Amino acid sequence: MKFDMPATTNPIDQLKVIGKATERIDGPLKTTGTAPYAYERHDVAVNQAYGYIVGAAVAKGRIESMDLTAAKAAPGVIAIVTAENAGQLDKGNLNTAKLLGGPAVDHYHQAIALVVAETFEQARSAAHLIHVDYERAKGAFDLAIAKNSSTPPKPGFGGPPDSAVGDFVGAFESAPFQFDATYTTPDQSHAMMEPHASIAAWNGDKLTVWTSNQMIAWSVGDMAKTLGIPKENVRLISPYVGGGFGGKLFLRADALLAALGARAANRPVKVALQRALMMNNTTHRPATIQRLRLGATKEGKLTAIAHESWSGDLPGGSPETAVSQTRLLYAGANRMTAMRLAVLDLPEGNAMRAPGEAPGMMALEIAMDEMAEKLGLDPIEFRILNDTQVAPDNPAKPPSSDPQSKAPEEKHYPHPPFSQRRLTECFRTGAERFGWNKRNPVPGKSREGHWLMGIGVAAAFRNNLVMKSAARVRLDNKGVVTVETDMTDIGTGSYTIIAQTAAEMMGVALHQVVVRLGDSDFPVSCGSGGQWGGNSSTSGVYAACMKLREAVAQKLGFDSTKAVFADGQVRDGGRSTPLAQAAGESGLVMEDAMEYGDLDKKYQQSTFGAHFVEVAVHASTGETRVRRMLAVCAAGRILNPKSARSQVIGAMTMGMGAALMEELTVDKRHGFFVNHDLAGYEVPVHADVPHQEVIFLDETDPISSPMKAKGVGELGICGVAAAIANAIYNATGVRVRDYPITLDKLIDRLPEVA
Amino acid sequence: MRPFTFERAKTPADAAAAASRNPGSRFVAGGTNLLDLMKLEIETPTHLIDVNGLGLDKIEPTEDGGVRIGALVRNTDLSADERIRRDYGVLARALVAGATGQLRNMATTAGNLLQRTRCPYFYDTNQPCNKRTPGSGCGAIGGYSRQHAVVGVSDACIATHPSDMAVALRVLDATVETIRPDGATRKIAIAEFHRLPGDKPQIDTVLMSGELITAVTLPKPIGGAQIYRKVRDRASYAFALISVAAIVQRDGTGRVALGGVAHKPWRVEAAEAEMPRGAKAVTARLLADAKPTAENAFKLKLVERALASVLAEAKGAQP
Repeated sequence: MKFDMPATTNPIDQLKVIGKATERIDGPLKTTGTAPYAYERHDVAVNQAYGYIVGAAVAKGRIESMDLTAAKAAPGVIAIVTAENAGQLDKGNLNTAKLLGGPAVDHYHQAIALVVAETFEQARSAAHLIHVDYERAKGAFDLAIAKNSSTPPKPGFGGPPDSAVGDFVGAFESAPFQFDATYTTPDQSHAMMEPHASIAAWNGDKLTVWTSNQMIAWSVGDMAKTLGIPKENVRLISPYVGGGFGGKLFLRADALLAALGARAANRPVKVALQRALMMNNTTHRPATIQRLRLGATKEGKLTAIAHESWSGDLPGGSPETAVSQTRLLYAGANRMTAMRLAVLDLPEGNAMRAPGEAPGMMALEIAMDEMAEKLGLDPIEFRILNDTQVAPDNPAKPPSSDPQSKAPEEKHYPHPPFSQRRLTECFRTGAERFGWNKRNPVPGKSREGHWLMGIGVAAAFRNNLVMKSAARVRLDNKGVVTVETDMTDIGTGSYTIIAQTAAEMMGVALHQVVVRLGDSDFPVSCGSGGQWGGNSSTSGVYAACMKLREAVAQKLGFDSTKAVFADGQVRDGGRSTPLAQAAGESGLVMEDAMEYGDLDKKYQQSTFGAHFVEVAVHASTGETRVRRMLAVCAAGRILNPKSARSQVIGAMTMGMGAALMEELTVDKRHGFFVNHDLAGYEVPVHADVPHQEVIFLDETDPISSPMKAKGVGELGICGVAAAIANAIYNATGVRVRDYPITLDKLIDRLPEVA
Repeated sequence: MRPFTFERAKTPADAAAAASRNPGSRFVAGGTNLLDLMKLEIETPTHLIDVNGLGLDKIEPTEDGGVRIGALVRNTDLSADERIRRDYGVLARALVAGATGQLRNMATTAGNLLQRTRCPYFYDTNQPCNKRTPGSGCGAIGGYSRQHAVVGVSDACIATHPSDMAVALRVLDATVETIRPDGATRKIAIAEFHRLPGDKPQIDTVLMSGELITAVTLPKPIGGAQIYRKVRDRASYAFALISVAAIVQRDGTGRVALGGVAHKPWRVEAAEAEMPRGAKAVTARLLADAKPTAENAFKLKLVERALASVLAEAKGAQP
């Protein structure tokens, strides 16, 4: 099914199941410990052996020698996999560095060996007996220095590296009010609860991997490519994922090494990435340096906007696309954006929840607060004054550099209208709910005992992406509808919204729907990433259900355009037939995918919100504690307000981490993230998280999909950190432009205490 | 983790003797730190002596009006004890500021004193660390040092002692009671118990080989406002950037010890004479010989400001 015209009324609009706050259908499995996660699949293959990964001890260089003698002789050891004995290995399309290093070492804790043994303890113990001599090479580890030799990156997910509209330089120079500041955001780790983990088993030349992965089809492809085997020979199964946040978008070392280990050991092998390797072995959100320049009239109209961002990655890597939102968020006739990429020999950078926008909004939305103050305007009014209903800067994708490319030339829309944009309403609604009028605009004036109190605000913005997604639906003779798709549920609630979609479409109760996810034997979905999963995967289910409705109607002799599917019955013109009757003995199976036309080019599809935060900063120590938070979101139809709220409050919590504590600390001498465990890499704990409230504006977006929904899982993180930073400024009068805002950055500038 | 043998000791003297018979052994009680270090092969004992069955899990009054805390009293039990809460409030407060409920349920009084530093270079066996591998160098000096010590440091080590409890014991003038393999017992003032790193940062305390902590005693209560103020980057489950343990009497005199600034709980008795003159004067004496790094120099100001806040709170708390 192709979605190339705005949606009209369709069965989803009945809203009997969709749009209702619905408990997770997989909740009982999770709360009783019976939802099987990858490492716990003891039942799927007999005689599992344990693999333990050895990470490189240097950031860059070569392995001169690796002595395996003692490890091989250690009790229980079955096999040791290294680059030397693993056979020819390619690199995945989506991997920047090799997943099994050696002799060249590309980054710290890059896997260089897997020890396979009868027990986990034996594998770990033997791993410590491997002696490696390295030849260290000089590397670039400091973004502030490497930035000077940065270059424009290839266009990617975040569009081209440069964009320009009007004459920024001239407009900025002549603007009566100018603002120019530089911000930094640190490297961050996904730090999800479940580490990367896989069990691999070979049956002849066929490989099955039970794993924890967000994007099944991507990773099947990269596993096949890396091993040099046909895709058809690889099966990935990932029904439950204990958090991903972008860290499990790709094939990673656990899965590849489990496969190699199983081949070497000639039996199934399970591998969990040990926590201490997670930060340096896997991907992370790269640090940025961002310069913002704003020019405005004295009335507060932005006339000039510039946003430049520098980030680093391994050779062949990609930038943190921190300027994306600045092209779209505020009006202004003259503007420029630029992304530059430096080569750094730190671990591989890649997507983490709202890549680009999350760190981009951290800088942009402080800058807006600073400019509002400079103009003497209320920060909300300043933003509303510069609201726009058309995309201010939508740079064309440069033509493909590949002469063989058969991709048709895409029509370019330089200023497409937003499909829906209710940013102003988000601010107005939030201001009233949060009590914005109680905020003292003069910083450092509100106090509660030892605490300096402040209120801050920031816009939330994240693009809405639509992705092709397929599903298979089966109706059986009991009226049970089974949905199969390789979509994943990374804690987001995919199981539930997919069940809701099928129930709504087929007119059955929620408990009559069975959802099976995360298996590469199922039709290829959009997967979980970029907050596209909820809308796109359910749209695929919609497409398959439309086909099934058609087949049912035909079988039962109804006119499919008139038949009503409700209460397990198909009805029309006074006739009512049980849905199950259409299934027959063998059941009725239909498969389809939702594909998209150019509505996402003709219209700019984005999600919007406003974050409100109240903080308390200890007057003596500078410790910041968040007191309350509110997010108002306008993100199309909310399929399940309960799981959507969970997504948003989780994102708000993650944004709090970004504002106040999360930072992978770089040892710039040795090129690695020093705080590589959950004691050193601090994320918010329960005691940090205050009352959180989420309001979803009642909205449908018929441009996005037949579901009329958009994403919310990443919208919730975008802008939170800036709202906290702005609240800290309001509380203390101290402006910090370097995240995270820890007390050491405040304490020299706090008022004297007696 | 290396293979090890294991035994359960029946009496404190047995345990100490067993340690002496088995070079390379370690006592284990709660295991909240030791087992992690063994998995990483930072600690590689060949023999573990389980001391959980020694009966050292009581809190009893002493003849001179203080209390004796058995070495195996769990942090949770100690923090909930009525006498501790009433007479030694700074200790109860320090205990609940540490770790998490689950860890405090396992962690013992002696084990808390003997926990090792949380310096990330100590934990990463690829990196140099004089405390873990003497002579290999110090990764933190010139590296990531925001959490590290500012006073009593050496060229070999700038690690801190991570305990909250120990800071309160220091301000309370606790005494550590031990038994040695030959059966001899001794009492060690808490001030002398932990070492500064010097050129032997691998040695954390003055305990001799095989010497077992049997109890910690507290002298007669001294009253006063007892405050423990822990400053950290998140509200719970984080080690102190700095902490202040203070006992302040009505006349403004009192005692102060600091955590998170040194290789041991940091107290300079001479500085306490300055207490009536306020935090600035006290801090100047307390941290007179500070040698911070660029990353942790903020701790000096933080101590002063946190202490000022504590002294103000103490004033307000006086009946």
